[in-house]
Amino acid sequence: MNHVDGNAMAGPLSEIFAVDLSKASGTCASCGLVGPVAGLRVYGPDPGLVARCPGCDEVVMRLVRGPETAWLDLRGAVSLRIPLGP
Amino acid sequence: MTKWQSARLIETRDETPSARTLVFDVPGWPGHLAGQHVDVRLTAEDGYTARRSYSLATTQGVELTVQRLEDGEVSPYLTQVMEPDDQLEIRGPVGGWFVWRPDDPAPVLLVAGGAGIVPLMAMIRTRRVAGVATPFQLIYSLRSPEQLYYADELRKPDPGVEASLVYTRVRNSRLTAADLPGPGPDCFVCGPTGFVEAAADLLVGLGHDPARVKTERFGASS
Repeated sequence: MNHVDGNAMAGPLSEIFAVDLSKASGTCASCGLVGPVAGLRVYGPDPGLVARCPGCDEVVMRLVRGPETAWLDLRGAVSLRIPLGP
Repeated sequence: MTKWQSARLIETRDETPSARTLVFDVPGWPGHLAGQHVDVRLTAEDGYTARRSYSLATTQGVELTVQRLEDGEVSPYLTQVMEPDDQLEIRGPVGGWFVWRPDDPAPVLLVAGGAGIVPLMAMIRTRRVAGVATPFQLIYSLRSPEQLYYADELRKPDPGVEASLVYTRVRNSRLTAADLPGPGPDCFVCGPTGFVEAAADLLVGLGHDPARVKTERFGASS
């Protein structure tokens, strides 16, 4: 299956967060690689978006949008460093 | 939080036989940065919805350039059916990573594969509007001259913008390291996933700092 990248998560994540999470820097829980959410390999969009680490291919983030609910699974990320501007 | 809002088509321009630019009026649009995109949502009469992401082609208003995919669900509508005054839903602007700001003085290398030229053209146009002299180099890989977007602007690029067109079907070879300059500039690479990964690997192989190679992939090649 052909993937896109974490830039494509900016819109779906903007529904949930007030800041742009695609430029946040994440740390992979599997291999420790640090990089922008925009650089993750993203598969989807159905049944949900699955974002994998470009270093080890483990799942970092999953986002499933239901009719009235969004499910965000972040267990593959140790942390997200989110720039908030001045 | 970014909400879906209604966008009304006001003008179209054919770029190639299979791609067209659509200009929308979006009341209350907040403005955006070069490189950002929007999500587009179409809803059928039975309630079925389809959503796609498209890059903004300029920072002067909401303009998208859409390549028609013959087996596509959304692009045939946008390129062949939709007429001025028709509406769709737009969410954006979104994406704050793959962006260029005119106050950044660093030289810029743009590498486009096919329709990946769209957000990079927004950067070239934003540079022009801002009146800055930041050195830009564009390497635009496409199959043949018939596929060239923005032909009038790219055949006579702005002063300080060096544009190279690589016609892969004509010369019968993909982009190679010999087509790309060495390290120094900030790099923006956009195109189909396979193209972007190959081009980014070539840049890193030439010594470019991976942290200065920003990429945007839009999936399968047409």
